[in-house]
Amino acid sequence: MSARADRLRLAVALEGAGWHPAAWREPAARPAELFSPRYWADLVTEAEAGLVDLVTLEDSLTLQTSDRFGDFGDDRTDHVRGRLDAVLVAARVAPLTRHIGLLPTATVTHTEPFHVSKAIATLDHVSRGRAGVHVQVAPRQRDAALIGRRTFAPVPNGDLDSPAGQLLLHDAFDEAADYVEVLRRLWDSWEDDAEIRDVATGRFIDRDKLHHIDFEGRWFNVKGPSITPRPPQGQPVVAALADRSIPHRLVGRSTDIGFVTPRGTGDIAPIVAEIREAQASAGREGETVHVFGDLVVVLAESEPAAHDRLAGLDEAAGATYRSDARIFTGSAAELADLLADWRAAGLTGVRLRPAVLPDDLQAITRRLVPELQRRGLFHDHYEASTLRGLLGLPRPANRYATA
Amino acid sequence: MTKKQVHLAAHFPGVNNTTVWSDPTSGSHIEFASFVEFAQTAERGLFDFLFLAEGLRLREQGGRIYDLDVVGRPDTFTVLAALAAVTERLGLTGTINSTFNEPLEVARQFATLDHLSGGRAAWNVVTSWDAFTGENFRRGGYLPQDQRYERARTFLETATEIWSSWNGDEILADKRTGRFLTTPRPGRFAHQDAHFEIEGQFNVPRSPQGRPVIFQAGDSDEGREFAAASADAIFSRYSRLDEGRTFYSDMKGRLARHGRRPEDLLILPAATFVLGDTDAEAADLAHEVRLAQVSPATAIKFLEQLWNTDLSDHDPDGPLPAFDPVVSDELFSKGRASVRMNRNPVEVAREWRERAQANRWSTRELVIDVTGRQAFVGSPASVAAELDEFVQADASDGFILVPHVTPGGLGRFVDEVVPLLQERGVHRTAYAGATLRENLGLPVAPSGAGGKRVEAAS
Repeated sequence: MSARADRLRLAVALEGAGWHPAAWREPAARPAELFSPRYWADLVTEAEAGLVDLVTLEDSLTLQTSDRFGDFGDDRTDHVRGRLDAVLVAARVAPLTRHIGLLPTATVTHTEPFHVSKAIATLDHVSRGRAGVHVQVAPRQRDAALIGRRTFAPVPNGDLDSPAGQLLLHDAFDEAADYVEVLRRLWDSWEDDAEIRDVATGRFIDRDKLHHIDFEGRWFNVKGPSITPRPPQGQPVVAALADRSIPHRLVGRSTDIGFVTPRGTGDIAPIVAEIREAQASAGREGETVHVFGDLVVVLAESEPAAHDRLAGLDEAAGATYRSDARIFTGSAAELADLLADWRAAGLTGVRLRPAVLPDDLQAITRRLVPELQRRGLFHDHYEASTLRGLLGLPRPANRYATA
Repeated sequence: MTKKQVHLAAHFPGVNNTTVWSDPTSGSHIEFASFVEFAQTAERGLFDFLFLAEGLRLREQGGRIYDLDVVGRPDTFTVLAALAAVTERLGLTGTINSTFNEPLEVARQFATLDHLSGGRAAWNVVTSWDAFTGENFRRGGYLPQDQRYERARTFLETATEIWSSWNGDEILADKRTGRFLTTPRPGRFAHQDAHFEIEGQFNVPRSPQGRPVIFQAGDSDEGREFAAASADAIFSRYSRLDEGRTFYSDMKGRLARHGRRPEDLLILPAATFVLGDTDAEAADLAHEVRLAQVSPATAIKFLEQLWNTDLSDHDPDGPLPAFDPVVSDELFSKGRASVRMNRNPVEVAREWRERAQANRWSTRELVIDVTGRQAFVGSPASVAAELDEFVQADASDGFILVPHVTPGGLGRFVDEVVPLLQERGVHRTAYAGATLRENLGLPVAPSGAGGKRVEAAS
């Protein structure tokens, strides 16, 4: 059965040896290769073989810690520590793949929008139109101390729902919105046909088609134009994780995809409504904004077997695994049932976080994907050559072009 | 006695008038395919590394974006990481600014590039101080000139401390015992000086080379000392034999004071080349290339950079302007390092007028002469001999070649000059090492060297 244009979109979130802290101890895990290019190439190639629309690559400036709110790390020696810059991992993998979208995570609270804009534009050039960016805030002193530009007071008890927590989030996501605005303006700061190579007049570019962006905001000013010509997609895809109202508003206002965290099917309609409302207030009613549900997946032949797998992992880790996203245990067919329900409830896609790599990734590509295809929920070939194409997003007109 | 090896590197042609984009064979400067072809050609010629320059704001002249040269380039780190996938031994050198980046970010990106390339990363450390470029960044503009090297020096020191925060023995990844780390809290560092006050845990484990190979390009006395103290190689501007020998002996002479041996620092000038079947044919081609590089319009723009004013009405085929350059802190041409280095424009203009009069040169002819860099022009045999002699005469340790056509401009050199250098016994016939540091014959960066590693609190 051929899938419809509004088929389910499938993303896979790659993180270290997998999302479960004990993933690295599983028999098929490759913990000694986490910093080798081959490891990441193998994972993304596996995802591409399963026709996955895009992979996200987790990142942070800080070393991993189990002490989420502390200013410094923990003393553990039994968890994976260390990671590579996600944008560069995506670039390293790009020439080895042909269809799959590549969304590295970029911390926006501490980095330069000018640098990240040209990096993602370049990722789009080297992947011929498959780039995006997963923007992430980090309003924490632990991150800020690495850069030394600003300071953040701790939120009492790490309670983000307290007034101090809400203010912190509000500012961090407002800054993120400014940041995305700058990324987008810089991507448009060259019109598509700016390079003219007019030998008669000696002009390489038509400089009337390059634009200063003149962004001025509370956190930074950026003049532009970019040093990098407009990327093949025009606008690479922007995504953000959104687990509460403040980031839901960022998704509606600024991004192409939101990764949301419903626990149950009933949570979906209110989340989607909140995003659509923010989309409308930002004047983006006519644009496609995808809402993907995030799920940690522990897959096996049956629910009891998957449950046992998770219990074994928890035992190895010495603690019950908790996540901001729902943790799914079950068979590929049961997962397909849930995804069909979620699709019907208003999500346009899912982002699966494999608990263990490569095990749960292979379960997705080799068991879940065929199951979704049988149900007509998923494509059976890559139907577009760019990530925007796979997501049903048109190539946008340039905001600075005078038609 | 064994001859010195000629180190060869390839500069991807950049955004200046060296590049003859009007050449019919000139390709894209942004499509990845051009970078792949260029890098793979260099690797086929067993070059040491590929070199990328950088500029963080498009050049402007008279308040408008400069449009006569190639404009636009990729993000350095991103394109080098992608090139790591399509090359195996070629070093990957990126020019990264120490003013508009932070040490932690740069340390992360180079350590990652080094992992992703199996130890082939190199960093050309440059400084910049203009408010013009600063308008693109959070940090904003101006850095007083006397703080440029100070910031660059402490930036590199800080980055080195960060790289040294991992020794290389922290990761055990023993599935059976469940020990991933041999020690808690790896990567701890703390640095405090006038420019940087940062601390935390670095999250990239020690990379194959420990740290990237360090390039430096500055030329003031301060810049030379900085390089003598901390660089592995110098991207120099002295590509004429006499000035090359003077610079070479000056630089090598500085090393002992820093406890280093002469072979610990390589001197690599930029060099252009034009090949022909015969020396005469090559000379004709070289003249054509110069005419294409300095069009009448380019000659006027170049003149404006020194005169610091609008000369659009000036006749490029006539004499130089009779009036003196406008001396002002407000620059007519922005985003161009060469312009910022015009220390005494009135004096330079006087010299140019005298030269033009003595040679009966027009404005354009004068510009063609004064912007000419040493080019190796001749048949492949002549060029191979000249390159070899240059290195054996201690005028350099090799060359960073800048072809004038992208991406194919390196092909003939690799096919016809490289074999002759191999016959002369001065160019490798296979890569000996896996890492760039090994292929450059540089000492291995000692584990934890140069850094004040902060021990984990017990």
